[in-house]
Amino acid sequence: MELCPSVKNVLLLDSEGNRVAAKYYCDDWPTNSAKEAFEKAVFTKTQKTNARTEAEIAMIENNVVVYKFVQSLHFFVTGGEDENELILATVLQGFCDAVGLLLSTCSRGHVDRREALENLDLILMCLDEIVDGGIILETDPNVIAGKVASQSVDAGGPLSEQTISQALATAREHLTRSLLN
Amino acid sequence: MAQPFVKKDDDDEEAEYSPFLGIEKGAVLQEARVFNDPQLDPRRCSQVITKLLYLLNQGETFTKIEATEVFFAVTKLFQSRDIGLRRMVYLMIKELSPCADEVIIVTSSLMKDMNSKTDMYRANAIRVLCRITDGTLLTQIERYLKQAIVDKNPVVASAALVSGIHILQTNPEIVKRWSNEVQEAVQSRAALVQFHALALLHQIRQNDRLAVSKLVTSLTRGSVRSPLAQCLLIRYTSQVIHESASNSQTGERPFFDYLESCLRHKAEMVILEAARAITELNGVTSRELTPAITVLQLFLSSSKPVLRFAAIRTLNKVAMTHPMAVTNCNIDMESLISDQNRSIATLAITTLLKTGNESSVDRLMKQITNFMSDIADEFKIVVVEAIRSLCLKFPLKYRSLMNFLSNILREEGGFEYKKAIIDSIVILIRDIPEAKESGLLHLCEFIEDCEFTYLSTQILHFLGIEGPKTSDPSKYIRYIYNRVHLENATVRASAVSTMAKFGAKVESLKPRIFVLLRRCLLDSDDEVRDRATLYLNTLGGHGSEVETDENMNEFLFGSLEVPLVNLETSLKNYEPSDESFDINSVPKEIKSQPLAEKKAPGKKPATGLAAPPSGPATTVDAYERLLSSIAEFSSFGKLFKSSAPVELTEAGTEYTVNVVKHIFDRHVVFQYNCTNTIPEVLLENVAVIVDSSDAEEFSEVASKPLPSLPYDSPGQTFVAFEKPDGVTAIGKFSNILKFIVKEVDPSTGEAEEDGVEDEYQLEDLEVVAADYILKVGVSNFRNAWESMGADYERVDEYGLGPRENLTEAVNAVINLLGMQPCEGTEVVPSNSRSHSCLLSGVYIGNVKVLVRLSFGIDGQRDVAMKLAVRSEDESVSDAIHEIVASG
Repeated sequence: MELCPSVKNVLLLDSEGNRVAAKYYCDDWPTNSAKEAFEKAVFTKTQKTNARTEAEIAMIENNVVVYKFVQSLHFFVTGGEDENELILATVLQGFCDAVGLLLSTCSRGHVDRREALENLDLILMCLDEIVDGGIILETDPNVIAGKVASQSVDAGGPLSEQTISQALATAREHLTRSLLN
Repeated sequence: MAQPFVKKDDDDEEAEYSPFLGIEKGAVLQEARVFNDPQLDPRRCSQVITKLLYLLNQGETFTKIEATEVFFAVTKLFQSRDIGLRRMVYLMIKELSPCADEVIIVTSSLMKDMNSKTDMYRANAIRVLCRITDGTLLTQIERYLKQAIVDKNPVVASAALVSGIHILQTNPEIVKRWSNEVQEAVQSRAALVQFHALALLHQIRQNDRLAVSKLVTSLTRGSVRSPLAQCLLIRYTSQVIHESASNSQTGERPFFDYLESCLRHKAEMVILEAARAITELNGVTSRELTPAITVLQLFLSSSKPVLRFAAIRTLNKVAMTHPMAVTNCNIDMESLISDQNRSIATLAITTLLKTGNESSVDRLMKQITNFMSDIADEFKIVVVEAIRSLCLKFPLKYRSLMNFLSNILREEGGFEYKKAIIDSIVILIRDIPEAKESGLLHLCEFIEDCEFTYLSTQILHFLGIEGPKTSDPSKYIRYIYNRVHLENATVRASAVSTMAKFGAKVESLKPRIFVLLRRCLLDSDDEVRDRATLYLNTLGGHGSEVETDENMNEFLFGSLEVPLVNLETSLKNYEPSDESFDINSVPKEIKSQPLAEKKAPGKKPATGLAAPPSGPATTVDAYERLLSSIAEFSSFGKLFKSSAPVELTEAGTEYTVNVVKHIFDRHVVFQYNCTNTIPEVLLENVAVIVDSSDAEEFSEVASKPLPSLPYDSPGQTFVAFEKPDGVTAIGKFSNILKFIVKEVDPSTGEAEEDGVEDEYQLEDLEVVAADYILKVGVSNFRNAWESMGADYERVDEYGLGPRENLTEAVNAVINLLGMQPCEGTEVVPSNSRSHSCLLSGVYIGNVKVLVRLSFGIDGQRDVAMKLAVRSEDESVSDAIHEIVASG
């Protein structure tokens, strides 16, 4: 019996259901088409719900899926049928808020699909810091964002939120500008 | 500069813009050449890696050559000291998952990073290296990993611990050497480190029960702070409780205080975990349940949907076994029916259906009717199934529930949903005689306008069996004959068969049926014509020779005696020749009797129309077929009862054995299901030596050893005993498994010639009085009780001594008698001082028995019981009292 809480996948889709970033940690969906089919099922089932103020929850294909929408971004975390829903919700909150924190410190300050794609490197690093091979690595959004942000500046002492924002503001500006040229 | 980023025209919508629009794998791979530049541009390199990762994330794949090229190019980037770029390099290496000889290239760079002064480098390098490395390299870096586990930086420690959890799957012997460091990390002040360390420590020790128990004992005293670690500890604790439960039946449950204290934790996830652990305890009492239910009830009115969902889902499960414990939450659950989240609303409805009492059914049905129109089919199916069980629980309410089912049957819905409704109606018709006529008419109306061929044919088949037995069979004929005019060939054919069944059973209808069948002789489909001709002949409609009634009945209503699988293989093997196919040549034995436990967990037994409503009935059929196929046992007569499998070995031993007790009138057969769990050995001549010196009335008459028992393919060996006719002999048997062990060469899979004789001590087995009583329910106990009459009623009173509570006393008596509780009376409302319980069953010799139990408990927890028995036989009524008196 699997006793350690585990995450089956973490998904970030846009408001049309297209994949922005996705990470799968188990073999339930072996091929890309299986993954896409699952994402489609998740998206259509949750599309009409209002998951903006509080995270919502649904059972999909015998999995527990918790989700939250921010602007045009749809965040999902999937766990097994018997998983503690609140643990999954904590992971979701960590992911959602960390991405929000990282994107809102960017040049335009929007948390939406376009910013997410333009800062895909941050999103991918963020995912890497939250779950490692299905095991929850970190759930505190400030710590996650701090770890990702510290990649872009010289790592120093403990990062307060202020320094994260400052660091990001400068680092991001450089990177996005060069990405768009 | 070649840029695949195409800017979209300004008039295009902002929302569709993507920096990756028009991106192409080939172009990006070309771009990756910048990694080889002597003067590295970190920003540009980061961009290219992001593009590569984007492609991989969208499901694009690299060929082996492409991946190798990218990998080598990426390794060049270790020259750069840019932290952001290094981080992207780590991600890229993990995504590419290089093969062993490629890994060597980056090993030294990663090991350098592992010892770097920058914590972020160290943590990430550990995770990357452990992900891609194999066993040989691991011994080289083991020293660093052990240090990292106890590192003062929590990020580094967590990275090493999580990597340890992954490595444990492939190289357990290495990770097991880290025990001391991991144990130290459990005491860490950092929340996540504590969580990861606890998870790893438990996985290292998971096969050592004593060590796990010690771990739980020491940690539950309170040094765990992190909520996630606390959740883990709760899971480990309930595992320990579960495993120790079989040893100590009496006294306080160990660690229960700890679970209860977790209900007061400040983190909601811990409270939920603890509440769920308590509700899932084996044989949980209502006193233990109360605090858990209370916290869940608070969650029901939370503003967070996730919390409401978690709570109602848990309560729904509790309601299946302890409906009375959940009734306190009924008001909160009723308000959840209008919850925005339809999953929550459905769970609330189905829970209410389980906890509701007879008087609240009508009110509840009104609420559900409004609710049904705005939920999806999948939720509707859940509700229909809940209503079906409710109806079986309160048979007197069948009228309103049947009406509800027929109403929703008329509404729009998909196949699965309609099938669930039809299945429910069929089961209600079968179990509640009063519901038959109205139920059949609902089905008839449904097939008048049914778009699903499968459902139409199923209903027609069912009508053919049940219709002729009703008071006025003729009223169904119109509905059936209409099918012949209006439907496709499949449905027409099955309508013809159904009409024939009416003709065969109801003599007065025969002439009219002949008229209808003759009309079908001109049908456009040959199957329909063939069936009509066949039935006209068998029923004598052509004035031809009429076969005997018995033959005809056998032909129309008899079941196929051979398993369909076997028939299929035999037919495939049959080659056309002068000799016609003989159905008697089809083997009746089912190959490799599947063990009951092998059933996929969580899968409900299929409830088709033609199949019996419950799973157990089919197992009995399978047992009966299995036993009758063995020559030694064929003379024993009809099988009366087969017990559920009783485990004779502990889980996880070399050989696992369980036994099924088959009871016949004058014999008892023990079926030992054996499984060999060691791949390297083959067992031969497997037999069980039974010592029956503690069971005087039994004498061994036959034993059927198992010739060979290979790895992981279960086999059965049997021992049969004779016992005096009509006596419910009881006794204790000790068992020794005897066999010849042969080693198997793992490379060829062949067994060695010579074997060694060996024995294996199994646990004892008992035949008890309950083995002689079949659990057979009655739908309406009062009717059954009245019609049985008081001729052989025996009433007596018993003192059951001090008990924990009434539930325990009720369960003890039910288990002792092995009878079926009726109308949900096995559930005792919490804190009640008295309770009545109704049981029904069939005693050996096919004697129906009904039992009325009245319990009372006094201040000293002494339980008194009044037992009233009615049966068709005086001696059986006495026998029941004897069982209780000696139990």
